[in-house]
Amino acid sequence: MKNAEPLLNEEELLDDLFEIAGRRTEDSENINRPPLSAFKDSWMRLKKNKGAVISLIVLSVILLLAIFGPYMSGYKYYETDYSVAYQPPSGEHWLGTDKFGRDQWTRIWEGTRISLYIAVLAAFLDLLIGVTYGAVSAMLGGKVDNAMQRVIEILVGIPNLIIIILLIMLMKPGIFTITVAMVITGWVNMARLVRAQIFKLKEQEFVLAARSLGSTNKRLILHHLVPNVMGLIVINMMFTIPSAIFTEAFLSFIGLGLQEPLASLGVLINDGFQGMRNHFYLLLYPAIVIVGIMVSFNILADGLRDALDPKMRK
Amino acid sequence: MEKLLELKNLHVSFRTYAGKVQAVRGVNLFLKKGETLAIVGESGSGKSVTSKTIMKLLPGHSAKIDDGEILFEGKNLVHYSEKEMQKVRGSEISMIFQDPMTALNPTMTIGNQIIESLMAHQKIDKKQAAFKAVELLKLVGIPNAEARIMQYPHQFSGGMRQRVVIAIALACNPKVLIADEPTTALDVTIQAQILDLMKDIQKKMKTSIIIITHDLGVVANIADRVAVMYAGKIVETGTVEEVFYNPQHPYTWGLLGSMPNMETREELIAIPGTPPDLLNPPKGDAFAERNEFALKVDYLREPPMFKLSETHYAATWLLHGKAPKVEKPAVRSRKRLAVTRPNLQAVAEKPQVKQSLVEIKNLKKYFSSGKNEVLKAVDDISFTIYKGETLGLVGESGCGKSTTGRTLMRLYDATDGEVLFQGEKVHGKKSPAELKEFNRKVQMIFQDPYASLNPRKTVADIIAEGIDIHGLAASKEERREKVYELLETVGLNKDHANRYPHEFSGGQRQRIGIARALAVEPEFIIADEPISALDVSIQAQVVNLMKKLQKERGLTYLFIAHDLSMVKHISDRVGVMYLGSMVELASSDELYDEPLHPYTQALLSAVPVPDPAREKSRERIILEGDLPSPSSPPSGCRFRTRCPHATELCASSVPKWREAKPNHWVACHLF
Repeated sequence: MKNAEPLLNEEELLDDLFEIAGRRTEDSENINRPPLSAFKDSWMRLKKNKGAVISLIVLSVILLLAIFGPYMSGYKYYETDYSVAYQPPSGEHWLGTDKFGRDQWTRIWEGTRISLYIAVLAAFLDLLIGVTYGAVSAMLGGKVDNAMQRVIEILVGIPNLIIIILLIMLMKPGIFTITVAMVITGWVNMARLVRAQIFKLKEQEFVLAARSLGSTNKRLILHHLVPNVMGLIVINMMFTIPSAIFTEAFLSFIGLGLQEPLASLGVLINDGFQGMRNHFYLLLYPAIVIVGIMVSFNILADGLRDALDPKMRK
Repeated sequence: MEKLLELKNLHVSFRTYAGKVQAVRGVNLFLKKGETLAIVGESGSGKSVTSKTIMKLLPGHSAKIDDGEILFEGKNLVHYSEKEMQKVRGSEISMIFQDPMTALNPTMTIGNQIIESLMAHQKIDKKQAAFKAVELLKLVGIPNAEARIMQYPHQFSGGMRQRVVIAIALACNPKVLIADEPTTALDVTIQAQILDLMKDIQKKMKTSIIIITHDLGVVANIADRVAVMYAGKIVETGTVEEVFYNPQHPYTWGLLGSMPNMETREELIAIPGTPPDLLNPPKGDAFAERNEFALKVDYLREPPMFKLSETHYAATWLLHGKAPKVEKPAVRSRKRLAVTRPNLQAVAEKPQVKQSLVEIKNLKKYFSSGKNEVLKAVDDISFTIYKGETLGLVGESGCGKSTTGRTLMRLYDATDGEVLFQGEKVHGKKSPAELKEFNRKVQMIFQDPYASLNPRKTVADIIAEGIDIHGLAASKEERREKVYELLETVGLNKDHANRYPHEFSGGQRQRIGIARALAVEPEFIIADEPISALDVSIQAQVVNLMKKLQKERGLTYLFIAHDLSMVKHISDRVGVMYLGSMVELASSDELYDEPLHPYTQALLSAVPVPDPAREKSRERIILEGDLPSPSSPPSGCRFRTRCPHATELCASSVPKWREAKPNHWVACHLF
């Protein structure tokens, strides 16, 4: 430290200062920094990222409104009232009404619920199927891995839209069909990512150490490999969620997804789009909500990547 | 002589999430024309940061030069802009980095990389540059330079790549060459080649060299002057002779004491403890906490630089007039003696009845690489490890020593041959219970203390892993007690149990790794290069700990390393491996005193010793060329391509593994 410790004057250097005090090894072994787990460390980093914090707040607000919104207005999303069709936003109908006089506020939050259901589903599938599939494939390696990867390649090879259209031939369009479609293909990216990471980690010395202590494959995956891939899993999940939400909205928009009178952000945007010239508010509000969800998830995912994986930082 | 480069009161700090790390805290240095200055210190002492600051290569957004001057030929580089620095870099001052594997661009030919740096600084056309590039490659001793200039970095071996890096650094006749650990990533025989090359180049081109290293042997070999750094400061500086033969700072004593040489038999003088955290550097002398002669004043005030001679300075209060006279540890003077006979008594004391613990019979381990290529990592080796002994296994990288260790542990399956542990076969089908039993008895300590601990687990969980798997603790209480006990055994304390690996220094982590292995109370420990990633003073800590544990618990070690002096120090017997086969095996004293195999002789002569007078006078056997590829080893004796005594017989038949003298095995046609 510069100039912080001026040299003592000769007279200040008393004789008894020159006694041998010996070493204080204990002190040098001590760690002075406060204990910091990986989780705390990431949380600290995330908190410093303004965009991520704002996104987190926006998402919480959207989540709360999706839960309580539909009960706040006192209308049901399927309740029609032809006398008040195409009402602009007012005290009675906060965000106006649509062509059948249904309350737009209620319908928007009902639609957001669908989007959030899709989000939870996507995350759940990623975790359950994607991570397991990837980890098992990497852990077993060899022929098993080879076969499992060919399966994934086939799934990736077929476009999502085709799978859904094929499914609609068998089933009615709706949330169940979309769920089935996602079960078939939604976890593929995660599986590939996890596999690649575990392949890398598998040769690390701490894994060898665990193996030499006699740990089983199950213990290796659960205690050593997955916790170390966790950051990546979370990041990838956060990027999968908005794209899943968008896929559902898109399918509903082109008519392959949810059907009236069910509300989904895609359905609402489609409705609003048809009446866009005269009743712009019908398009505006659902668009704001979906943009809010998408942008927030993406910014949050970006922030999480910086926080969980410091190597990726600029 | 004039000072070419001078650092005055240089302060460099890094901004991190945790706060400001003061990496360099007031360094004064100078470099004269045509001399070699060595900066020695442990990792984190600020030596690399200092050198990068001279080149102004520090990451701009986090590093900052807080104070001080860098005078190069009288001009202050601190105030230079990035554009002006670009003119200095390469043409006036150039740098060689540690890792030759990453210092070259893999997508450009060697020739183009040299030509690029030539044309960037000199006004010459491409033809001239190409001509000069060939000349440079010849200068750094690359055979067949005209042809090799068209090749890519991956076609060069590690040693050859380092030569290319040096050629690029020399392209524009720089006045100063900064070499940041230029030989750390290389094998000893290659290191000897590179050091010779650097000395040769200095003679020819009159370049001044700053060499940064932690290896005192390298310093003794190459340097004219030495600066010892600790915690961002220079604690002692002087000519090589002054610092090695008349060291004044306790840290220098410690460093010299912790290096074993071929003669040391007694316990190494380890410097206990860990270097300070430069986030909040301690008050007073940063070394005080680890200094057995620390004075009270050391904990209060920083010592000034005391002048001992025109060239020799040291910063310790011990040199103050009022300080008590401290007897320097005696080992130092003994170390300077020429070759003393090794202590034969120590050998005689060993138990006479040898009970074999592990028997390796014709062990082979092949890896298939590519379609029809077979990499013979371990090819037909046989030896026995006796109970209670330490068997050292040395060899250059790629010789199969780590593979041997891992195959013994059953981490790899053997291709052929067998391993018997306590008379039972290690490989082949085993019931889960038998496997568990085996895993308890045989443990491993790993090389890289940063990769060998799971970063997501607390130290307590890491150490207790074996206890959990084998159910060695009945209750949580007992588990915790055991963890505390183990932490204490390896010199750490209870408070460390709930922390995560990233909070520890390299040496502390390696001790955690040892504690983890000890948790299951093994009988046999395979130590796979346990110290090669550690600093010298920390190496001694770990080696002393391992020796102590062996005495207390009657452990048997297989100690794998490439550092011959450390292996000699810890082992009872030493085996030398070359390209997958064992070439010599004998008791460590005999092997070092009378090596039979030409490879062992060359390996021993390549190790630099921390003694400048001996280092500068002795003749080396410098091996020509590089290790051949293990996937297509030479016919007959594998060493014949580099062997100075090779005959036709060596090419046609494989030498037999035989007992040349009692208990001294060798595989060579000469014996």
